[in-house]
Amino acid sequence: MNARQSFIGQRIERREDARFLTGNGQYTDDITLAHQTYAYFLRSPYAHAKIKSIQIAAAKQAAGVVAVFTGADFREVGGVPCGWLITSVDGTPMKEPKHPVLCDDKVLFVGDAVALVVAETLEQARAAAGLIEVDYEELPAVVDVDRAKGAAAVVHDIAPDNVCYEWALGDKAAVDAVFAQAPHVTTLQFKNNRLIPNAIEPRAANASYNPSDESYTLYVTSQNPHVHRLLMCAFVLGIPEHKLRVVAPDVGGGFGSKIFLYIEETALVWASKRVKRPIKWTCERGESFQTDAHGRDHSTRAELATDLDGKFLAMRVHTEANLGAYLSTFASSVPTILYATLLAGQYTTPKIYCAVTGVFTNTTPVDAYRGAGRPEATYVVERLVETAARELKIDQAEIRRRNFITSFPYATPVALTYDTGNYEAHMAAAIELADVKGFGARKLASEAKGLKRGIGYSAYIEACGLAPSNIAGALGARAGLYEAGEVRVHPTGKVTVFTGSHSHGQGHETTFAQVVAARLGIPLEDVDIQHGDTGKVLFGMGTYGSRSLSVGGTAIIKAVDKVIAKGKKIAAHLMEASDTDIEFDNGVFKVAGTDKSVPFASIALTAYVPHNYPLDKLEPGLNENAFYDPTNFTFPAGTYICEVEVDPQTGATRVDRFTACDDFGNIVNPMIVEGQVHGGIAQGIGQALLEHAVYDSQSGQLLSGSYMDYAMPRADDLPEFRIGTVSGTPCTHNPLGVKGCGEAGAIGSPPAVINAICDAIGVSDLPMPATPHVVWSAIQQAH
Amino acid sequence: MTTTLSLRVNQEAITRDVEPETLLVTFLRETLRLTGTHVGCDTAQCGACTVHINGRAVKSCNVLAVQVAGAEITTIEGLTQPDGTMHPMQAAFRQCHGLQCGFCTPGMVMSSIDLVQHHPHGSDREIREHLEGNFCRCTGYQNIVKAVAAGAVAMGV
Repeated sequence: MNARQSFIGQRIERREDARFLTGNGQYTDDITLAHQTYAYFLRSPYAHAKIKSIQIAAAKQAAGVVAVFTGADFREVGGVPCGWLITSVDGTPMKEPKHPVLCDDKVLFVGDAVALVVAETLEQARAAAGLIEVDYEELPAVVDVDRAKGAAAVVHDIAPDNVCYEWALGDKAAVDAVFAQAPHVTTLQFKNNRLIPNAIEPRAANASYNPSDESYTLYVTSQNPHVHRLLMCAFVLGIPEHKLRVVAPDVGGGFGSKIFLYIEETALVWASKRVKRPIKWTCERGESFQTDAHGRDHSTRAELATDLDGKFLAMRVHTEANLGAYLSTFASSVPTILYATLLAGQYTTPKIYCAVTGVFTNTTPVDAYRGAGRPEATYVVERLVETAARELKIDQAEIRRRNFITSFPYATPVALTYDTGNYEAHMAAAIELADVKGFGARKLASEAKGLKRGIGYSAYIEACGLAPSNIAGALGARAGLYEAGEVRVHPTGKVTVFTGSHSHGQGHETTFAQVVAARLGIPLEDVDIQHGDTGKVLFGMGTYGSRSLSVGGTAIIKAVDKVIAKGKKIAAHLMEASDTDIEFDNGVFKVAGTDKSVPFASIALTAYVPHNYPLDKLEPGLNENAFYDPTNFTFPAGTYICEVEVDPQTGATRVDRFTACDDFGNIVNPMIVEGQVHGGIAQGIGQALLEHAVYDSQSGQLLSGSYMDYAMPRADDLPEFRIGTVSGTPCTHNPLGVKGCGEAGAIGSPPAVINAICDAIGVSDLPMPATPHVVWSAIQQAH
Repeated sequence: MTTTLSLRVNQEAITRDVEPETLLVTFLRETLRLTGTHVGCDTAQCGACTVHINGRAVKSCNVLAVQVAGAEITTIEGLTQPDGTMHPMQAAFRQCHGLQCGFCTPGMVMSSIDLVQHHPHGSDREIREHLEGNFCRCTGYQNIVKAVAAGAVAMGV
């Protein structure tokens, strides 16, 4: 290993922290444009209603008002599109109702936007919105995922039974046949609780139109500005794509919720041309609760057939998935493609069948939230496995061991091929780190205090870096799933890298620089990473699904390798050698077997000052692009062990220990990876114990619509996590050998927590979130 | 109708005309363009807007600007020395990877400084309890707790 390669695997402090820590971060709401106006959206107070009329005359006359727009103004533009076509079992395409920018004739959830007021100040816009008179005819609403199919309340006329699709994966007849003969069947019926992402930065946008070249600029809280641009231009507004620049500056957390094209930024771009001034909108937190796409909300019946030794024979899963009132950008794929395909987990279960009914309800659209389908799948698998272990009186580690996949590549019965893994290794590491041996003594100590202690496992797998594009396309994806990168070497040998990935907390400016500096053998400070601006970056699919390093990083590496290849030709010319005799090592081009060498910076200068240069064979300059379309997903996996203490008097649960051992393949910056795991686990424990988006089942009002009603994990709700380092199995199909770490914690942790509480209080199941009331009630019922 | 407000912000004397209903956070962000102080909620729960008023951490979304007439306000921008040297608590957050997206960070740092100044030598559990007025959605708080402890040592409290 040479000196520069040592950047890989180092805990290098983040360069972006300098601006974030000093107040110099530049988030969308920090941007103020000259002559800027302010937007306020008037939203429906009803979950389901007809709009009989809207009177805007008084609002238009109000002080400071620049313009008022309603659904009527948007009849000529398209609806906000969905990016994945799911086909039902009967061969019909999913029902795809139009998602209008502003509601015209009906409102479909509390928070649906009916008018946009643009004014000189935010206060004036808000005050004028109060003067708009909307005459609603309230209609019956349906919000519960279990009651949607065939409900009297019909959300969309084109789906009279409220069913968007009925989709399935696997051989139903073969699975049913195994269940009919199975020596043992474990059955669970549960909900995967609805969550609200709650990035601490609310969504925001600032749109402007420049009449001199008929172009638009949109600053927006986005995880994927090119996708925002493409969807908005091609499917909604009809703006030429090259006339819209989308900038996602510093973004204060996403967790999926900032992937999607929302109506607010779309309306702002359209309106900016009408008012001929910039328009700024920043979501209030109450609006965030109502309008940021929610996550999860499944109702599932899950069965696992085993033999009496705990060998898994088949799995059968039926899920109803709440899609909300409209199809958000990737909503349709989350409970199908990203869910059923993960039901093999880490196990050799030979036959799996999963049927999913996606339903419309009068609730906020539901889409990808940290993990997106994979937490729901992991919850199914790991709750079933642990319950089966208890029913069969087999140790929870042993039952997993008996079913682990041990040889790779491994084709699962649910359409994935795992390239590599070593599940026994991280389970053994987790058992050691969690001190499972000492559990019995700790349980006795808890009992002496009148408390009940339990332990729960979860051995998750996830699929990151959704790929390849042609397979995804065959499965209904309406987008490519590659990533783009550009490596621009400047004449002095300094390097600017442009990546289509977007960092909203992940630290790409540091890790990507580590990768490039290591590959080029140049100082870390000579590499700058640029992202989040369609005006700078050639293209990009953005950041979600833990794809940035494995897909975006690989695109950069491919571009770096093109730079090196061209550099070798320049070096060969300078040193009068054959191209094939040039070696590149640690920032220096050398002629093999000689002491002749040229440093990287000299090659860069020669490329831009081509006086002694093979102009007949090579173009000047040193600037390369690459696109990378992965050949497969990556498959991070790990074992999580949770230990809880429950107070039977109150039902209060305290997570006493939480241990995570993950296999992420190769790791570029362990400090950042551990931070990702910490955050994911906090969100997973949040789901298991605290967080729940609750609607009133009659009125459809969001009852958990503020931080006083929705229990966000606070510092004192969480223990110190024990994070184990496992010698990973590098991914076999990307040059970095990396897998992805952003979602693992949120995927693996909820079943570990619930398994632990079930163990502590001796019940077979508990709903999430396992609040003190839930746990206390379960204890009472058990006795 | 505006009123004239005089106060000190980051050791600088400031006099501005403000509407009486202007929140301190709005005054800082919009009038003074000190955008390091963030707004993450509308119910004084998230703590992203925390600043120091006369040395104590306060959520600036919950204070009218006119209420702090004559006060000494310190925002995240006021912690760094003129030569760019970070406050020890800022440096500790960086060293301990106590931030990811950075949005809650200014408020978290301001709360943490108040915390260790008034409750030095707190245990990890006590630090967690004292930070319950500040949300972070990225870090799981683990490295924030480490940063607060390290920052306290570096501040010599």
